[in-house]
Amino acid sequence: MIAFNKYYNNFNFLSISLVIISLFLLSFKGLNFGIDFKGGTLIELRSSDKKINISSLRDNLTQMNLGDVSVKNFGNENDYLIKFENNENKNIIEEIKSNLDKSFGNQFEFRRVENVGPKVSSELLRSGMIAITVALVLMLIYIWIRFEWQFSLGAILALFHDVIVTLGLFSLLGLEINLSIVAAVLTIVGYSMNDTVVIFDRVRENLRKYSDIKIYELTNISINETLSRTLITSITTLLALLSIFFFGGEILKGFSLAMIFGVIFGTYSSIYIANTVLVRLKVSQKTILKEEE
Amino acid sequence: MLYFSKLRIILVTLVSLFFVLLTISNFVKFESNYLNKRINLGLDLQGGSYLLLEIDNTPVIEQKLQNFSITVRNFFKDKNIRIKNLKFLDESISFTTDQEYKDEVLNAFQDKESILNPYYPRFKSHQFNIQEENNYFIVNYSRQGIVELKTSSQDQALEIVRRRVDEIGTNEPNILKRGNDRILVELPGLDDPMRIKKLLGKTANLTFRFVTNNTKDSFGAEKLKFENDQEEAVVSKRIILSGDNLLDAQPRMDSQTNETVVSFTLDRVGAKRFGKATSTGIGKQLAIVLDGKIISAPVIRDTIASGSGQISGGFTFQSATDLALLLRSGALPAPLNIIEERTVGPDLGQDSINAGIMALIIGFILVITFIFVKYRIFGLITNIALILNLFLLIGILTIFEATLTLPGIAGIILTVGMAVDANVLIFERIKEELKDEKNNLIAFDSGYAKSRTAILDANITTLLAAMILFFMGSGPVKGFSLTLGVGIFTTLFSVYFIARLLTVIYISKNKDKEGLI
Repeated sequence: MIAFNKYYNNFNFLSISLVIISLFLLSFKGLNFGIDFKGGTLIELRSSDKKINISSLRDNLTQMNLGDVSVKNFGNENDYLIKFENNENKNIIEEIKSNLDKSFGNQFEFRRVENVGPKVSSELLRSGMIAITVALVLMLIYIWIRFEWQFSLGAILALFHDVIVTLGLFSLLGLEINLSIVAAVLTIVGYSMNDTVVIFDRVRENLRKYSDIKIYELTNISINETLSRTLITSITTLLALLSIFFFGGEILKGFSLAMIFGVIFGTYSSIYIANTVLVRLKVSQKTILKEEE
Repeated sequence: MLYFSKLRIILVTLVSLFFVLLTISNFVKFESNYLNKRINLGLDLQGGSYLLLEIDNTPVIEQKLQNFSITVRNFFKDKNIRIKNLKFLDESISFTTDQEYKDEVLNAFQDKESILNPYYPRFKSHQFNIQEENNYFIVNYSRQGIVELKTSSQDQALEIVRRRVDEIGTNEPNILKRGNDRILVELPGLDDPMRIKKLLGKTANLTFRFVTNNTKDSFGAEKLKFENDQEEAVVSKRIILSGDNLLDAQPRMDSQTNETVVSFTLDRVGAKRFGKATSTGIGKQLAIVLDGKIISAPVIRDTIASGSGQISGGFTFQSATDLALLLRSGALPAPLNIIEERTVGPDLGQDSINAGIMALIIGFILVITFIFVKYRIFGLITNIALILNLFLLIGILTIFEATLTLPGIAGIILTVGMAVDANVLIFERIKEELKDEKNNLIAFDSGYAKSRTAILDANITTLLAAMILFFMGSGPVKGFSLTLGVGIFTTLFSVYFIARLLTVIYISKNKDKEGLI
């Protein structure tokens, strides 16, 4: 049996620090919103000539007065991703096309063009935030129906931890937040909850079984009993996600990365946040018996 | 408990077989009608254009208010009440009247029978709101009135958009209403939406009006620019003909001038008016105005009584074709703005499919290898269930002809990773039970029973997340929630029917074997 409970305090300290650092990053550095949420235009280009210099492409586009233009390689060395802010000009794509053709010869293939107006992007941002909030509230209701309040508090704190730290990491690394990241965050919420509930189920079962074991010991027993399941499920889920990350193409990279972070944090938080809340609230057999009467 | 009746075994086998066939039907063509369904590929996988259009209703509101103000003036004129200082403000009209008529004016607006309330019998509510302060009246659209106006202009716009898209002839376009002032256009296979964007961006309001001799802006005339933005002309506001009078329009080559023109045919009313105008106006210039710009202003030389004519204006063949198309499909009730556009080229779509399938195969192999190494014979059972789970999932998507997107493929791969969870919960529980219980059958039975709540919890939480995403998400992300959500049901089926059936068969043959799992 592994003595997880020995490190409850240390990891609580770590988690609190991580959450504070994340909140700090989120409020001061902020998130790198993609065009879905900020509005603007995105163009994915593929050139048939490998010798194109990315800075000459950048210079060429900067001269077009597009405002803040970003030009990056996208996966391949001859794939480029161009992003710029909302532009009043309705024919801007056509003008970029002819401008590039003029300067570089007809060698660019426009693989993807996305343009999100300011109204739509603010709507998408709002509905994304509503979706995450609704998810958290529904989970809260669900866990509140299933367990006693001490458990609910533990699960929800774990959930908030996972979402905040994942977003904090995205802020730190400057990774783009787009619609698929919202999908990832919601899935993380589901996954983290799932993991926590499986351990809690066992804690409650053991609380009924042993009246003389303190919660500090009891959580450790429960974590150990469910440990191989926790690990196996995390591993298979991570295997699937790593496969998406490495082979699923550039577009899914951000999504799979967010999920990979989320699964790791979710597994960690079920053990070190959800359970320690039970310990700190001194849950005992009485807690569940009172509820069941 | 650990018992499957013959009937259930047969049913499970048949269901599994059916879904395997359904899945295969996506790749092979079957003769049967039940099996020739297919999963639709989303625009991000097959390539295509997604355009979200917003109707700018401001001009419609202004126009309708202008008409309404005339109605109001005439209405009160018949009652000998003078309406003074009639003005247009921001989407409202204002006027004043003499003190003694104040109540009468207010009552007229409230009166349900009055012609100022044409809506009342139909909608049981007022089309306009009226406010009064010191004899100063402000009239604007009520909420109901605005909703009705938007809905009707959306209906009209949808029809025109459909005609224009159909004229271009893209395959299976999808044109849908969104809210009450938006239209969604999905054009599979279209990798360059430039032309359609241009066509949808034009209101195509065509009018024929005389050029006046005055050189200044005056009442009843306005100064308009030519298409080339350089020349200008003062044009009468009186409309001789409008696009509504057109029966047909076609691009044509004028044999005399060797120029591309748009020839048109007028309906009976239009032909009559055109004939009259051309007979009285010989020597005058007739301006052909499209969306506030003059295309051309030819001098009338002869009376045209045939009801057909042609528009010249330095067209290329392409621009003549597009103008003819716009004229044939009719004018939009209000301008459309493209507020969201997502276009994926067919190459990128194919690359995404390839990458998605690659990730699925590799992820799948990694997971089944891991599970097999970990659980051996029960790993094999889990893996068979997992494979059938995949068939069930794809089969269900096929039955409903659901749309598969790239995030949708990610949802399938994630389902593969998370689906083993239920079997792992069961097997781990059985292992624990076997520590105290020597009878394999009893241990397995209680393993299944005791893990049930945890499995339900696990799946309900994921399902909740998927459902929220399905209702709130948009586009490709919706595809993710769909596969993730459907995956939960197929997982439960594969765990409790397929894997359990195989487990029962195996342990009933190895009742007394020790260290079974």
